[in-house]
Amino acid sequence: MADASSVEIRGVDKFYGSFQALSAIDLSVPPGKVTCLIGPSGSGKSTLLRCINFLEVYDSGEIRIDGRMIGYDAPGGRRMSGGALRRMRQSIGMVFQQFNLWPHMTARENVAEGLLRVRRLRRAEAMARAEAALEKVGLGDRMDNHPARLSGGQQQRVAIARAIAMEPRLMLFDEPTSALDPELVGEVLGVMKTLAGEGMTMVVVTHEMGFAAHVADRVAFMDRGELVAVDTPEAILTRPEDPRIQSFLRTFHERNSF
Amino acid sequence: MDWDVLRQYAPILLRGFGITILAWAFGTVFGMALGLVISLAQRYGARPVRWVLQAYIEVVRGTPFLVQLFVLYYGGPLVGLRLDALPAGLVGLTIYGSPYFAEIFRSGFDAVPPGQAEAARAIGMAEPAIVRRILLPLGLVSALPALVNFSIILTKETVILSVITVPELMYQVQRMSTETFRYLEANLVLALFFWGLVELISRGGRRLETRITRHLLERPGHG
Repeated sequence: MADASSVEIRGVDKFYGSFQALSAIDLSVPPGKVTCLIGPSGSGKSTLLRCINFLEVYDSGEIRIDGRMIGYDAPGGRRMSGGALRRMRQSIGMVFQQFNLWPHMTARENVAEGLLRVRRLRRAEAMARAEAALEKVGLGDRMDNHPARLSGGQQQRVAIARAIAMEPRLMLFDEPTSALDPELVGEVLGVMKTLAGEGMTMVVVTHEMGFAAHVADRVAFMDRGELVAVDTPEAILTRPEDPRIQSFLRTFHERNSF
Repeated sequence: MDWDVLRQYAPILLRGFGITILAWAFGTVFGMALGLVISLAQRYGARPVRWVLQAYIEVVRGTPFLVQLFVLYYGGPLVGLRLDALPAGLVGLTIYGSPYFAEIFRSGFDAVPPGQAEAARAIGMAEPAIVRRILLPLGLVSALPALVNFSIILTKETVILSVITVPELMYQVQRMSTETFRYLEANLVLALFFWGLVELISRGGRRLETRITRHLLERPGHG
């Protein structure tokens, strides 16, 4: 991946009414690296991820992608125009917990949709690129299936193909395996590993500690809207100093042991 | 039963039924179109637009169709709107149906999971394309049973057009009744015709539903 994006998050706050969902978040995501966001549910990790492509509006601070601020024209400034926001989103892929495939379109049509309506490619070219993306996630034989005919793992791989067909420089994953049956998790993580190996910048909200330990370059731990620590997977997962991380990992181990 | 009278009146009854079907089809198609425009304007329009439309919905839904028709047909000329009986009836049905159709479309759009539009927004799709490609097709699927249902209700509202002398089936049945005193036969014809029409619409609706939900239902396939 020649041109992977970097993300700079500085002093980001987010409120839902009087509830503060994110408090003064600072986080740097270097280009070509995998950063995993972990933490208890409700800690704000999905909210932070969704702020990166401005699906969620942050209230103050700044988020920059390759130096360019998303959502506002300047820190504390006015909202950026719809067109400018859409242009930035074109190079940010996103994968959702519930896949969010369009049920009335086949796998191929799902992947081609953005190429046709956003990139405005010709139909033949869009279809060819969609097919290449589906081949890449191992679904070359499922192109004509509608989502209802695919397993959860296959649906999530179509969703990944839909994102990478747009040739993004940054990929956001919002708990991509949390809605999957345990035996289907591996195929999705496998595709994500391949992407990481190609040097894609990835931000991954996950409960898969194995993935965080083996694939992530950096792990960020969040709790109650605060970023508690960012470090190597080793440092966070095997010898955490913060008691909040220790207690999170303890309950995590208890849940996953027999 | 007097079959001779029926045979004698068959041509005008059939012509009446033709106008009934025309009125139903017109009211359904244009009422639905107007309802769709209203529901989209309510979803995306500025606040004053939404207020005006909400007021329109409340007024039209809150008054009897008969009164609306009188106002349009007899009150129209007072403000320079002079319509013949049939056009007045067609316009009246369209207006009468539009708020119901608008509400059906609204609930159809609301039934589309927000994640569907979010996925489109995340790849940089513009809002009009999201409406056209995602919201409309999926919203229509959720709305279809209610749309068919209301268009069935609308078949029976067409009889009210007889009070402003639109020569639809009810009008002809009344004419036959008063001319021959064959109330039973005449009204039996009316009932049969409507029952047939409704049956046809509901069957058509069910077939359409099966067709468009074909790909949306999860089936234990080769997973």
